Amino acid sequence: MASCASVLAGGGGLSMDWEVVIGLEVHAQLNTATKIFCGCPTAFGAEPNSHTCPVCLAMPGALPALNAAAVDKAIALGLAIGAELNRHSVFARKNYFYPDLPKGYQISQYELPVVGKGTLTVQLADGVEKVVGVTRAHLEEDAGKSLHEAFIGQSGIDLNRAGTPLLEIVSEPDMRSPAEAVAYLKKLHALVRYLDICDGNMQEGSFRCDANVSLRRPGAAYGTRAEIKNLNSFRFLEKAIEYEIIRQRDILESGGQIVQETRLYDANRDETRSMRSKEEANDYRYFPDPDLLPLVLDESRIERIRDILPELPDAKRTRFMSQYALTVYDAGVLTAGRFLADYYEQVAAGVDGKLAANWVMGDLLGALNKAGIEIEDCPVSAEKLRLLVQRIADQTISGKIAKEIFEEIFYRGGEVDAIIDGRGLRQITDVAAIAAMVDAIVTANPQQVADFRAGKDKLLGFFVGQVMKASQGKANPDQVNAILLERLQKS
Amino acid sequence: MAFDQDTVRRTAHLARIALPQTEIPAVAEQLERIMGLVEELRAIDTMGVLTMAHPLDLDQPLRPDTVGNHDQRELLMASAPAAEHGLFLVPKVIE
Repeated sequence: MASCASVLAGGGGLSMDWEVVIGLEVHAQLNTATKIFCGCPTAFGAEPNSHTCPVCLAMPGALPALNAAAVDKAIALGLAIGAELNRHSVFARKNYFYPDLPKGYQISQYELPVVGKGTLTVQLADGVEKVVGVTRAHLEEDAGKSLHEAFIGQSGIDLNRAGTPLLEIVSEPDMRSPAEAVAYLKKLHALVRYLDICDGNMQEGSFRCDANVSLRRPGAAYGTRAEIKNLNSFRFLEKAIEYEIIRQRDILESGGQIVQETRLYDANRDETRSMRSKEEANDYRYFPDPDLLPLVLDESRIERIRDILPELPDAKRTRFMSQYALTVYDAGVLTAGRFLADYYEQVAAGVDGKLAANWVMGDLLGALNKAGIEIEDCPVSAEKLRLLVQRIADQTISGKIAKEIFEEIFYRGGEVDAIIDGRGLRQITDVAAIAAMVDAIVTANPQQVADFRAGKDKLLGFFVGQVMKASQGKANPDQVNAILLERLQKS
Repeated sequence: MAFDQDTVRRTAHLARIALPQTEIPAVAEQLERIMGLVEELRAIDTMGVLTMAHPLDLDQPLRPDTVGNHDQRELLMASAPAAEHGLFLVPKVIE
């Protein structure tokens, strides 16, 4: 099992096998224009407390009014994961005291969430698919932010974020390795962006993840779990779980017991540490919120959302495999994000799908990665890359020259055809011209010719290299090969 | 259910109610009586009865997602005991 292997890999020299059990809770900020219970804007980065009103500041007598767009986005997620949509769901108060929660409770959903059981199919590195259960997804409001640094002995509170709609998506404890947890989170991240229900910005906290981690002997009952918070990147999720596996294993193997608690991941130290000593902090005393009526979903609302659902990652991957003759791996990479998938399709329009895929996945993603740029901000438009690939396909330029042109347009800009003509990069396909270059090289290297004819086949590479050099990389490599072989066979 | 004094103290703490030590026995007795009523209700067979989340037989109306509030920070913060640079100030809280 991958699960045991990962524990072994993480710890090394284990005397007995442990299986790690992981469940994830993801908070996705819904990208609505306004907050979930009031008409304040949700835009990030405004002046502190400028996006507040009596409702989200919890002024006495202010009442919540539910945002239709938040409900529709929850429905979209539910449909995308094949979940039960509860026609009747209830908002509840989750009671706790913290200054960034002005009401003294968070409006959430408890016993009856809007989205019930569903599933998410994730692709693992070895090509295996795994179905991860989603327990539920419920609507709730975000809290504000506390700023501790600027004031001595005091904290500053900014309630702009208070009341921003969140969809909390809770998985079943179905994952059995850090890699599976990362694959699930990446898939969910791609899905919310495909659906356009969340911007997925992990740095700004729009897409946050908590992990429940426990160990058990394979086949035994679940062990006691620790909840790890503050995982704002895929990498941190992986590292935090790896750390937690070793921490829990060491405790269990020395005869200790795991304490059920909340732990905070500290990326600087690459460790998790206990977050709350107050064990009663988790006693939230939920009860139905009397300020809100039950949320009823009617069929027409659900069908209206179903009608406008975009093509989802799994369907797109399957289509890419058949339409562009791509491998499951290539199709998976290219459909990981909606923007990348759209970009690829524009490049592949009218040219060979596999050639387009090689360029997008190799040169383009490589250059973006090196420059630290996201595909959304790519300096080379899809149309420009399509033209470049087109020029290889129609034999105007060689693949090698294309790489040079790509470097040029990626870092300095310019137009593909203008660069080809301006620098005389057009490929030489004239047989007579290539034959003349071949003959010159053959004549100039009699010893290598003799050696080749005596059986040193590897020397063909030398001749090809010489001819390409003489043509400044512009000779058509296939023609060079063919003419060279013909000339060298002659005795 | 036995509502002992520790449970009263814990419940008061969760609700951030400062309950004087001398009042705890009396509050425990009152809560015990309330819980007695709850126990009576729990004994009723409610199988197949939909949970009533609200006494009104209405559905939640929905609001269109359009910005309707404008910056009224000065007005809204006027009643805050302490504020600076547009932030509410509270005694230091560190998790």
